[in-house]
Order: sequence, then structure tokens, then C-alpha cells
Amino acid sequence: MSDVTDLSGAMVDVRGVHKSFGPLEVLRGVDLQVRAGEVTVILGPSGSGKSTLLRTINHLEKVSSGWISIDGELIGYRRSGGKLHELRERDVLKQRTHIGFVFQDFNLFPHLTVLENLVEAPVSALRRPRKEAVATAERLLERVGLTDKKAAYPRQLSGGQQQRVAIARALALEPKVLLFDEPTSALDPELVGEVLDVIKDLAGTGTTMIVVTHEIGFAREVADTVVFMDGGVIVEQGPPPAVLDAPQHERTCAFLSKVL
Amino acid sequence: MPVPVPVPAPVEFLGVATNGDGTADSAAPPAGTAPPPAPDDLATLKVVPVRHYARWAATGTVIVLVAQFAHGLFTNPVWEWGVFRDYVLSETIVQAVGVTLQLTAYAAVLGFLFGTVLAFMRLSRSPVLRTVAWAYIWIFRSIPMIVQLVFWFNLGALYDRLGVGIPFGPVFWSVDSNTLIGTIGAAIIGLTLHQAAYSAEIVRGGVIAVDQGQLEAAAALGIPRLRQIRRIVLPQAMRAILPTAGNEIVGLLKGTSVVYVMAIGELFYQVQVVYGRNGRVIPLLLVATAWYVVLTSLLTVVQYYVERHFARGADRTPPPTPLQRVRRSVRDLRTAAARRGGPVVPLNLAEGKR
Repeated sequence: MSDVTDLSGAMVDVRGVHKSFGPLEVLRGVDLQVRAGEVTVILGPSGSGKSTLLRTINHLEKVSSGWISIDGELIGYRRSGGKLHELRERDVLKQRTHIGFVFQDFNLFPHLTVLENLVEAPVSALRRPRKEAVATAERLLERVGLTDKKAAYPRQLSGGQQQRVAIARALALEPKVLLFDEPTSALDPELVGEVLDVIKDLAGTGTTMIVVTHEIGFAREVADTVVFMDGGVIVEQGPPPAVLDAPQHERTCAFLSKVL
Repeated sequence: MPVPVPVPAPVEFLGVATNGDGTADSAAPPAGTAPPPAPDDLATLKVVPVRHYARWAATGTVIVLVAQFAHGLFTNPVWEWGVFRDYVLSETIVQAVGVTLQLTAYAAVLGFLFGTVLAFMRLSRSPVLRTVAWAYIWIFRSIPMIVQLVFWFNLGALYDRLGVGIPFGPVFWSVDSNTLIGTIGAAIIGLTLHQAAYSAEIVRGGVIAVDQGQLEAAAALGIPRLRQIRRIVLPQAMRAILPTAGNEIVGLLKGTSVVYVMAIGELFYQVQVVYGRNGRVIPLLLVATAWYVVLTSLLTVVQYYVERHFARGADRTPPPTPLQRVRRSVRDLRTAAARRGGPVVPLNLAEGKR
């Protein structure tokens, strides 16, 4: 327990996380620390638990054991009187406003315009005045280069544009950390670049990010830390040159030789 | 090594002599470099369309039958159109239509509200809520509406007083159940409870049709739970709910005629009262029919526009409304007319060029 509260300044602190779906253990003891302003890229083969790890960080999946905290705040639990109390859904939802999440298939709200997609959460979850939320949304749309699309519906946009809207939507809550779950995997190859450019731009502004991706080039260019996962554990992690060019583990080598 | 010159495709048919490679048929007259000439002999032939004898026969038969029926409507004296005209807008009937609409509106609104609650109970994680909702739907779908209505009509026999108090404990305030509910009240309760069982399944169908990712996205954004349902899930579920719900409400509108057993002055009951008095059964049934058709048609129009409203964002380019469609075809007709009536030269020229 003591190491849970002693966070040594990590923005995201994952300690001994296990997660099982029935008899299948997807995460088997994951420890991960991400410092504020750092970009961590998680690589690994399908089924290695990357996405599940990401989803436990914002409590979309409840961990089977272990602890996760963001900026010193335990996720999903409240510590009091020597006990861990499970948080009520309302409080979990409040915690999630500090954690931006970008999905593989965007999950924009198709019945709302682009602008409404961005305004919804700040108004309903953070109780921001609508005027202020609209102003923020417009600023964010400008940042992802989609000012002219604010009145469009998501289905009228290309995949790349939709994902850029989804990123802006996550940013509208001014989260402490941004999680990307394979943000370019559902995109046509020629659309991948525009989305990666937006993420790179964010990395440049010191946003704390964890990105699950298959884009090795992106990892090399943007990541402060590359994490390689396989079989529900972190096999190795370090700066991109160390992990990508001189991997220490056989499994990392095997994976890299397949994707490079 | 000489590069092979590409040969124009159907050489033998065109009979074009290509210069240089010697593979072409030299017997054919040279056609120069012009595109392959059209097969003139085909162009001059007359095209004979397929003859659909069976279709024509069926069409003819149907036209005769419809004409016969229409003719009968006006010539058969039993329809008594004069009586129809006297009654269709009479005060009694219009009032009865009002009662029918009132019953429909109350039962539809309350039924769908209660049905939505039941739907979310069935989707709840609490096994008790799930089971209770399931049992309710099971029971109320099993009881014929007319049986249930008579039950409610006789509520006083079952529970003569209704009150508020501590469950299984003392009652602080109570009232005679017949006074509280009354006949119309009993009818509305009956229709509502019946409707709720069906609407619950319709709403549940709509909700489970919404992509799970939508809920995840809403949860990831920290949107409060009720707001997720109201703002994200239900509007999208409406797309799946509305066509069936429209059916249900039309069914309900006509189903209100069942409450005639409780002697409530709705359309069908009133019509029966009138023909019981004057014996003009057929024209008065026509009066009821006409009103039901008119009301159903109105509901259909309303449904069209409500569906359109909830289709926002579902299509890249939303289809035009009927009104827009009419306007567009008027515009098209006008431009066509202008072209025909205006200077004929450009059109002819265009054809001449071809």
C-alpha cells in the first residue's frame, strides 16, 4: 500500500495490475510510470494486453488487482480508514474528465454536429457555461484544422477528419493525460499522416500521452519511452533507440522483425 | 529489337489496316486513323421490346375490379352517403373523435414513458429489477386488452380503497378507488399498462441496437449517466424505435375502440349508439372508418417528420422532404417547359451535332 501513495511525481502510476476476463488473464502484473509531459508509446502483438491496459487506466475496465493513479489520485477507489472504497459511478465519471481517451474507431456521436460533439462533455460533465465551451471547441477545431467542419455531422467527414475531431473532443476537457487506443488502425493509409501530425503537435506542447499503436516510425520520432508488451506483461521499456534498435529480449526482436 | 506496336483491339471486325506491323487484314479498305466506325447495319434496325402478356392481363383485371368497387361505392344505395354526410362532422361524432384522440395520446405518452422505464429495468444489472420487468412484460403481453380493461373497470371490487401509508403497516390516507379512478381513468390505466409492455420491448430493441462504443465514449468523457441515456443513447435508439413505435401508436389508436365495452363515449361506441337508435349501420360504420383513416394518415405524416428529425447525421446527404420534392419537380417542369417554349434552335443544334 505504501508505494501507492508514494507516487514519486509520476503523472500516471500503474502498479501490479492484473486483469482477467473469466478464466483468461489478459494483464499479468503490469507496472508502468509515466512522468508529466512525457509521451509513452506501447507496442506489442495483438492480444498482448495493450488496449486492456489503456482501458484500465481510465477505468473502462476494472482491474482484478493492483492500483492505478493519475496525478496522485487513485482511479476507481477512495482510500479512507485503512480501506479502499470502490467509487460510485458518478465519482468515476468525474475522474474520467481528467483522462482523455481516443478510440480506434473514433466513436463520435453521429447524431450531433462536430461542434456539439466537442461541447457536450464540458457542459454536462464539467458544468462549463455553454458559451465558454463553444469558444474552447472552436479554438480546438482550429488547432486540428477543421474549423470549416464545425456544422458537419461526423459521417460527412473522412476517417482522418473524424479522428482529428475525436482528439479535439478529448482535449475539450483539458485532461491531465491523453490515452490513444490505436488511433490510426481504422484509417486508410493515406489518412494516417494527418492524425499522427496532430498527435505529434500535441507531444510538442508537453501533453502527457500514452499511445498504443503499430506505427514504429511514429514511436521512434515522438516517444520519450517505448514500452513493449507481450503476453500481458511489459517485456521491456526504454528510450526509442534502446528498445527499437537494440532490443534486449528475444520477443521484442521477433516482433520488430515482423513489423519493420 | 523493334518494339511491338499496339494493335487496335477487334481487328477482324473493324477491318482496319494498321500501318507497319503487317498483321492486319490487308483486304479491308483502309479506314484511316478515325475511331472505329459504328456498325451501321445495327443502328438502322428496329428494336422490339419484350411483351409482358401476363403483367398486362393482371393489370387489366385489377383495373376492372377497382372500377367495379368504386362504381359500387357511388351506386349502391346501402352505403347511404347522405347519412354519412349528416353524421361525419356532427357534434356527437366530433366529440367522440376527441375522446379517442385523448385516450390514444394519454396511453401512448404514459405507455412509452413507463415502457422506457421497464426497458431500462430489463437492461439493469440488478437481477431483481430485470426479473420484475421481465415478469411484467410476460403477464401484460399475455392478457388480452379487453380482459384487462374489464378488470380495471371492476377495480373497486378488488381494492375498494386505495391509500398511502407504510407498506404492510398503517394507512394514513385513503380514498374510494372508484372515485379516484373513474371510467376514463380505468380505460387510460388499462391501455397504458398494456401499451407499456409492448413499448418496453420496442425501446429495449432500440437501445441495444446502439453501438456499444457510443456508451464507452460517453463514459470516457465523464458524461453523467442520465445524460448519457437522454442525450447519447435514446436519440440514436430512436432510429430503430420509431418505425415500430409508429405501428404501435396506430394500433393503439384503433385499439381504443375496445374501450366501448366500458361505455366510454369514444368514436366506435358513439357510432354504435347512433346506429342503435336509427338503424343506419353501414353509413355510420363508414363514418368511423373515415375518421380512423384520417387520424392514421395524420399519424403517418407526423411519424415521417419525426423519423426525419432523428435521422440527423445518419446519412451524408439527407433525402429531401416531400415538400422539397414537390418544389423541385415543379422547378424541373418549369425549366423543361421554358426550354420547349423558348427558342428551339439550341436544342436542335445539339441534336444535329450528335
